[in-house]
Amino acid sequence: MKLITAVVKPFKLDDVREALSDIGVSGVTVTEVKGFGRQKGHTELYRGAEYVVDFLPKAKIEVAVADSLVEQAVESIVRVANTGKIGDGKIFVTNLEQVVRIRTGESGEEAL
Amino acid sequence: MKKLLFGSALLMLSGFTDLAFAEEIAAPTVNKGDTAWMIVATVLVSLMVIPGLALFYGGMVRAKNMLSILLQVFVIFSLTAILWALYGYSIAFTEGNAFFGGFSKAFLAGVTPDSMAATFSKGIYIPEFIYVAFQLTFSAITPALIIGAFAERIKFSALLLFTVLWFSFCYLPMAHMVWYWAGPDAYTDASAAEAAGATAGFLFQKGALDFAGGTVVHINAGVAGLVGCLMIGKRIGYGKEFIAPHSLTMNMVGASLLWVGWFGFNAGSNLEANGLAALVFLNTLLAAAAATLSWLAIEWLVRGKPSLLGATSGAIAGLVAITPACGWAGPMGSIFLGLVAGAVCFWTVTRLKHILGYDDSLDAFGVHGIGGIIGALGTAVVASPALGGTGVWDYVGNAVAEYDMITQLISQSWGVATAIVWSGVVSFIAFKIADIMVGLRVDETSERQGLDITEHGESAYNL
Repeated sequence: MKLITAVVKPFKLDDVREALSDIGVSGVTVTEVKGFGRQKGHTELYRGAEYVVDFLPKAKIEVAVADSLVEQAVESIVRVANTGKIGDGKIFVTNLEQVVRIRTGESGEEAL
Repeated sequence: MKKLLFGSALLMLSGFTDLAFAEEIAAPTVNKGDTAWMIVATVLVSLMVIPGLALFYGGMVRAKNMLSILLQVFVIFSLTAILWALYGYSIAFTEGNAFFGGFSKAFLAGVTPDSMAATFSKGIYIPEFIYVAFQLTFSAITPALIIGAFAERIKFSALLLFTVLWFSFCYLPMAHMVWYWAGPDAYTDASAAEAAGATAGFLFQKGALDFAGGTVVHINAGVAGLVGCLMIGKRIGYGKEFIAPHSLTMNMVGASLLWVGWFGFNAGSNLEANGLAALVFLNTLLAAAAATLSWLAIEWLVRGKPSLLGATSGAIAGLVAITPACGWAGPMGSIFLGLVAGAVCFWTVTRLKHILGYDDSLDAFGVHGIGGIIGALGTAVVASPALGGTGVWDYVGNAVAEYDMITQLISQSWGVATAIVWSGVVSFIAFKIADIMVGLRVDETSERQGLDITEHGESAYNL
């Protein structure tokens, strides 16, 4: 099992959720996050005060998938979240040791 | 603008025995239309303070200090209201010397539903109680304006202490100096006018024009704010951290309430619902609109983007500038004054503040102090009948007096200089006393955490 963590532009969130559903992913966790990468921030002016806003809002999607689905899931996210412009985000894939469904106590891929 | 209220006791004391005068005041009448208008105007000025000013200022601070601003404004309104009734009204609007009135109406002694206050027309009066209430709202908004200068770091107890001192020794004498006079009925002939004039406030005698409070309210408050922010010091992180307004939506709602309420502030200062009140109303509207556009246009040119905060700031700058002039300017003069105020105040808050390096958090000085000075001096220009102004009324000749702009400009300068010096000195002393007694500023941890939680134990938002 792998944990896929994708940081994408917030307005791409629905597209990503849809694409993951289409390939059979049954659940994701989403967090509104801020961060910076190569994309530059923007400046805000309030009367005389000028502020550079470095941290930009992104959506962080965490999804646990069976090994067989990893490649397909990553491809789907890349396909739908890509705008070709800087700031599209990143995907991190990490090993996942254990998953437990709290309601039933099922564990491993059964719990995904 | 203010007038003299004639309680019958005061009348008897006034000592003018001229028969014509006695006849004129024998049957003064209260005009019901004027009375209704003054009740409405008083409501409008109250609305400027709560919630108008509270939201305008509150929107500009960070969310962690929103509640502190709302509460500061709310409590200053309540506190000054009580002080006004106890002794404020009497010191501001009874005869005394040129700087302070007396205590004859302390605790509103002798003021009854039958007491009358003079207007600007001979023989026409309004009930003294509504005059007391109307003037009360002016005395309440002025200290509330000051808090913008040191928002996000002042200790609540210090603010209340300062407010009591400043209200008593700065607002009241300034109001007396500028607005106290014996009322139009006293001006029956040249010698009576001279006798009546000698009892008026210091700046009234100097001929300084201030229709609705350019000196008494705005320069007064702006200078106090400047002194306050210099003495309290900059906010932690000022110029380095992201200290941006938490809600420009609130700011816009507040600015709009201020604008609407200002019709009561300015047109109400006419004390009568007549043609001049209508002119004042229109002048107020046009000056604010012109200043909104000039601030926005310059900001767009210089900074690249037109901003909402620029528009609301411009509107307030225009309203401030037209305040002293609104009863003497013509509509075109008001537009001119608004355009100038928007441009100059833009420069003060975006450039001058940085050049001088003080942290006037919400630009109480930049907008009210500078806008008030522009308005007070500009009054001498736009009041000129040659430039579409109404000129200055001569209550002896019962006609518009001959107008000399230079003479008037000197009179206006007296008003500006007196307000700056008086407010500067009293504010310094009042802040010092508050500092010694309770300390002006919250500690660093409290400031970091925000005044809402540390000073008041509440949050503005629990979302």
